[in-house]
Amino acid sequence: MADIQIPVLGDPDQREIPSLIPGAMAGSKPYVAQPPHQEPLGFPGELVPDWQEKALGRMGDLLSKYRSLQVYMDICVKCGACTDKCHYFLGTGDPKNMPVARQDLFRSVYRRYFTPAGKMLGAVGLGGLIGAKEFTKDLLDEWFNYFHQCSQCRRCSVFCPYGIDTAEVSMAAREIMDSIGYGQKYCNEIIGKVHKIGNNLGLPGPALIDNLEGLEEDMKDETGQDVRFPIDEEGAEVLLVTPSADFFAEPHVLGLIGYAKVFHGAGISWTLSTKATEAGNFGMFIGNYEQMRKIAMRIREAAIELKVKRIVFGECGHAWRVAYSFLTTLVGPWDFLDPRYPVPQHILEVTNGLIKKGGIKLDKSGNDKMVLTVHDSCNVARASRMGDFPGGQFVIPREVIKSCVPKFVDMHPDTTHEKTFCCGGGGGLLTDELMDIRVKGAKPRMEALKDVVDNQGVTHMASMCAICKAQFTKVLPYYGYDREMVVSVHQLVSNAIILGNND
Amino acid sequence: MSTLFAILFYVAFATLVAGLGFKIAQYARTPAPLKIPTTPAPLTQSGAAFRVAREVVVFESLFKSNKPLWIFAILFHFGLFVVLARHLRYFQEPVWFPVALIQPLGVWGGLAMVGGLLLLTLRRMLLTRIAYITAPGDYIMLGLLIAIGASGMMMTTLTHTDVVAVKAFFLGLMRFDIRALPADPVLYAHLAMVALLMIVFPFSKLLHAPGIFFSPTRNQSDDPREKRHLCDWAAKLEAERN
Ligand code: HEM
Ligand code: HEM
Ligand code: SF4
Ligand code: SF4
Repeated sequence: MADIQIPVLGDPDQREIPSLIPGAMAGSKPYVAQPPHQEPLGFPGELVPDWQEKALGRMGDLLSKYRSLQVYMDICVKCGACTDKCHYFLGTGDPKNMPVARQDLFRSVYRRYFTPAGKMLGAVGLGGLIGAKEFTKDLLDEWFNYFHQCSQCRRCSVFCPYGIDTAEVSMAAREIMDSIGYGQKYCNEIIGKVHKIGNNLGLPGPALIDNLEGLEEDMKDETGQDVRFPIDEEGAEVLLVTPSADFFAEPHVLGLIGYAKVFHGAGISWTLSTKATEAGNFGMFIGNYEQMRKIAMRIREAAIELKVKRIVFGECGHAWRVAYSFLTTLVGPWDFLDPRYPVPQHILEVTNGLIKKGGIKLDKSGNDKMVLTVHDSCNVARASRMGDFPGGQFVIPREVIKSCVPKFVDMHPDTTHEKTFCCGGGGGLLTDELMDIRVKGAKPRMEALKDVVDNQGVTHMASMCAICKAQFTKVLPYYGYDREMVVSVHQLVSNAIILGNND
Repeated sequence: MSTLFAILFYVAFATLVAGLGFKIAQYARTPAPLKIPTTPAPLTQSGAAFRVAREVVVFESLFKSNKPLWIFAILFHFGLFVVLARHLRYFQEPVWFPVALIQPLGVWGGLAMVGGLLLLTLRRMLLTRIAYITAPGDYIMLGLLIAIGASGMMMTTLTHTDVVAVKAFFLGLMRFDIRALPADPVLYAHLAMVALLMIVFPFSKLLHAPGIFFSPTRNQSDDPREKRHLCDWAAKLEAERN
């Protein structure tokens, strides 16, 4: 790991574009899934002998099931507007990390086998004229490498004149690779854990309950209050579904404490569920609708079993995309829940509403001397919403943070809101063997952070995503920053909230 | 020669209509199982329609993304639009008032179109990033359009063809009555290339013109919590699993 070349940070205002270094990241790839990771999900254990035929069959199937894929394969004009928008390209200079070039790994196969022009020209060896290619094992290996250097962050989609979303393409590619027995270990092992144990981290129920009891004791010592961390409590008003990292990783758990204090302060009864101890849904990363649905189903079942009235999600980016954008499609409708609340709600929507109504009280001196900035998580920013107006996903977290801290500063506008950069670890890349690409992919974010640290005295960066938090705690030190610089949004709430003398 | 061009245009027109018809039907038929608008997105369907309209008319996202490219693209496409609108006069009698109105813009439209195309071509060759993602087909397409534009401009400004006869030929074609086409090599070249363009249109990246209307990241409204969005195959899967 020591041989990772750390990119030199520039000025975000310069928008420096690296020159092309072909093959720079050709060697970066995650571990291939082994039979024990593949088979429980119903995928072949290892690469099947007739993989090409199977892959093309699956590709045809997906093309007929997903309009996005079908349309995007046809309509790219190679204008190149997306070429300088991907953080992995900006951090590595590898041309195959330019979104259109990444798509072309897929599109070249589509052209060769699914378009009249490609079939004709390809048959006489002239496919290259229109970018059509034979689906060889070498190309498949390139798929494996470069579709696992895409965090499905959708930044390219913002800038493409047709909204072509490379995330849709890399999801389809991963789905095809899974179906021929060439999956990624990290994602598939984790999905297996969700089915078997209930969450991504493989934290069994009893350990979790133990952990929560410990937190209650800590709270009693710290605040003198009975701040509770209830689990499996039937009849609670709110079911809280949160990423499992919130149960013990730092700074995640400080956020969990924040949620608990908010519910306590506002007098809202809530519960976790041993059935749904994970908000994350890696089914999305591997582009598999059935897996995504199966993982989401646990949440519906937990809500029914515990007879709750509302479902609230904790801080996590891709989980919020699946929750906000897909949950109702996957496992709705929600006629058994209280119709006065949107389903699901984000914890930041809840907290912001309470702050506005005076349901909780905050004292900024709890975060004395901190100067905050915020990292908009890609899936929150570009694939979902908070509140009841477009862009609420930017306003609400900022309002909450500003009411908790003495000073707030935004990073460079090219790196926030819908133009935010991925942390570098999303989309199923948060695994150690991909550390090189993770460090390099974080470059644009680190550049913007350095800018506000140097010029505006920023001390901390708030994040609302479990993956971003884990990624930054790992990557910040490579750039010379303290790992504790990244904080949960609800950690700030937790520090500022006044408990006890509310009424 | 007139008969040859008549046949060519019938074939080209049939290919264009059938090919585009098939592609549009395919896009319309293929379901979008999940809500994936790139957010922030309009909350209503009419808002989303307006978003698509902005992409089509002013290339909104491209403007955000790359200003020089946006200028080249607008030059080319608006030029093309004026040229094509002006061409409508060959296919209608009487000529619509707006079509008559823009006739004086001919040279400007042609200049913008060809100028824009030349700039796009230069950009494609000079920027290494763009050169990297370019296949020969991308140059061929630009070359074809430039050649069509240049031959057209030549007729407008230098060689001048008998446009009354050209119009009679095309009005005749529309009534399956083959008239004489002026024996002008520049016109022949112009028309042959136009026919070729019509034939390749449904098989090439020119599908971006109809395709943009079907892009889910742009044409979907942002309302997944309010309305359940369920496509047929997902509903079937749900019925099987429960
Ligand atoms: C709905 C109508 C259309 C829209 C919204 C549209 C939009 C665009 C946009 C945004 C680009 C990317 C920027 C650029 O490279 O210029 C583009 C490229 C292109 N368009 Fe269109 N277009 C439309 C119709 C057409 C038609 C009818 C043609 C040709 C007959 C055409 C030919 C091209 C070509 C050749 C390119 C690629 C230019 C290059 O190689 O750099 N477009 N179009
Ligand atoms: C069947 C279809 C078409 C016919 C019959 C046709 C015929 C002509 C004629 C006769 C002229 C000369 C006008 C004059 O002397 O005033 C012309 C000019 C021109 N044509 Fe076409 N053309 C056709 C399609 C196209 C297409 C599809 C394009 C572009 C992609 C195009 C681009 C041009 C341009 C740029 C000019 C010069 C500017 C102008 O006069 O508007 N033509 N065309
Ligand atoms: S989705 Fe994000 S990571 Fe993937 S190609 Fe686009 S910008 Fe890069
Ligand atoms: S911006 Fe869109 S159309 Fe242009 S090259 Fe990239 S993916 Fe293709």
